[in-house]
Amino acid sequence: MKRSSWREYEKEIAHDHYYYARSCIRQNFFPGSETTFLRIMRDVLGKDIYDDPRHTSCTGIGYHTDIVPLDTTMAVVARQFALMTEAGYENMAVSCITSFGLYTEILETWHEFPETEARARENLRQATGREFRIPKNIAHTSDLIFHNREEIERQAVRRLVDAATGEPLKVVEHIGCHYAKIFPKSGIGGSEFPYVLAGMVEQWGGTVVDYPERRHCCGFGFRNYLVQANRGFSIANSRKKLESMAPYKPDMMVANCPGCAMFLDKWQYALAEMENTTYGADGRGIPVLTYEEMAGLVLGYDPWEMGMQMHQVDVEPLLDKLGVKYDSAAKFLGRGGKYIGAPKPVAVNSFSGDRLYRIKQ
Amino acid sequence: MGKYFDLLMKDVRLREGLKACMNCGVCTGVCPSAEFYDYDPRQIVNIVQSRNDEQIERLLRSDTLWHCGECMSCRPRCPRGNTPGYIIQALRTLSQQLGFFAESEKGRQQLLLKRVIGQHILDKGYCITPRLVAPEGHPEQGPVWEWAVTNDVNLYTRFSPNYRQAGEGALRDIDRESIAEINRIFEVTGGKEFFETIEKGCADYEAKQLA
Repeated sequence: MKRSSWREYEKEIAHDHYYYARSCIRQNFFPGSETTFLRIMRDVLGKDIYDDPRHTSCTGIGYHTDIVPLDTTMAVVARQFALMTEAGYENMAVSCITSFGLYTEILETWHEFPETEARARENLRQATGREFRIPKNIAHTSDLIFHNREEIERQAVRRLVDAATGEPLKVVEHIGCHYAKIFPKSGIGGSEFPYVLAGMVEQWGGTVVDYPERRHCCGFGFRNYLVQANRGFSIANSRKKLESMAPYKPDMMVANCPGCAMFLDKWQYALAEMENTTYGADGRGIPVLTYEEMAGLVLGYDPWEMGMQMHQVDVEPLLDKLGVKYDSAAKFLGRGGKYIGAPKPVAVNSFSGDRLYRIKQ
Repeated sequence: MGKYFDLLMKDVRLREGLKACMNCGVCTGVCPSAEFYDYDPRQIVNIVQSRNDEQIERLLRSDTLWHCGECMSCRPRCPRGNTPGYIIQALRTLSQQLGFFAESEKGRQQLLLKRVIGQHILDKGYCITPRLVAPEGHPEQGPVWEWAVTNDVNLYTRFSPNYRQAGEGALRDIDRESIAEINRIFEVTGGKEFFETIEKGCADYEAKQLA
């Protein structure tokens, strides 16, 4: 491959003024990450980003389980564009990988088949009376953190290194399939060598683990997880990745897709229960972070304020390695600082019971 | 010959997804579903490409059609620019429109997806919310999720003060007018009609079984 071919995968990212589109899955499993993203954008980077109460799901999970027709999804996405237009913005910052893939796909479809755009405009007009302009720029929120990784480094209080030895942390990065597999030119580095997360890890002092199943799907597979009878598909694919990465003894994983970050975390619990296998070098689980959590730790944010207590695999071993000071007692505090009880400890946690597990060497 | 192919060609995803397959099998090589199920996307593309009504109809009535996870890993790898995932999306839509989906066990799972995810979009404006992922139906989510859902108001308000209330932020209640707009979009674009098609297909199948 000629070096110049990489130009195709250079992506233009708007510098400021974004309309923020939230994610259904992220809000459920990583609500603190979305809050952290806005905090970084506004407080650290001084950017203008609008959080609109009126926008809804893009219907992505419904679309990819084939219950929502394409015309319906196009009109719902057109409504998001209309809300952006009405609010005076031209750039979309999209929190979800499924939404990001869908927005990109819809814009490409409108370009390729103009009659579909005309129909979406007419449907939106008929249903809501709204009109829209096509966004000038659509970026996934991980693109925006990547775009500002040098400024984040300038304001960082620590690097992704072992505080005791100074060695770089070994980080597995996982890119959501719909980030660049649908349209490789829409992702930094394309679909085969995406650099969006690796760029953050390297900028902030860590080292990226290259392992055989690096580009394999996490196993969400929409209907293959959502229907209980199909979940074997989902856990089998996560297992394939975990088996492949474990020999490299990663200190952590980082993902840019809400589903991937959740599955790679939760399936470690299920696999420990089902097969007595854990994948972390310490005999427990491998912590799985969102890129905002990784950025937040570098910037010195409190892990519990970022919602890291919602991970099934405990993050404390990673925090200790990074030299992060945290208040263990504050982990399970709810609104107003009230203790709300703690989850039952299990094998992938740091301080769990006495079962013996087969640890991957 | 070609009746179903002509119907499929009305879907832009089929027109975009099927160029000219040379049966190399790269799509099957990278496919997460092909590793888990007895499943071969190359064959699906080849059947559609053949335009053979009998074979396409068999596919539309089969479990095979419902194995794909729509990860789209096949798309960037195809040396001929085909997208098996798009072809499958078009086939699944047609299978539901014709009522064939209800003849396969995997196809009938569409009813659950419609009633849970589809209805939640219409009612709440979100595909999912925490209480929908109920721990009793999701043991694989583990004890931390059970703890999070049990304490949802106390926990989520730590990150999103407007949790289940009006205003901005994660998991806010979406205002009535926005929900009404989403419902009108579903009406105008055929989304609600499609939901009814899923209900009817499964009801007809059940009636046939009882007859």
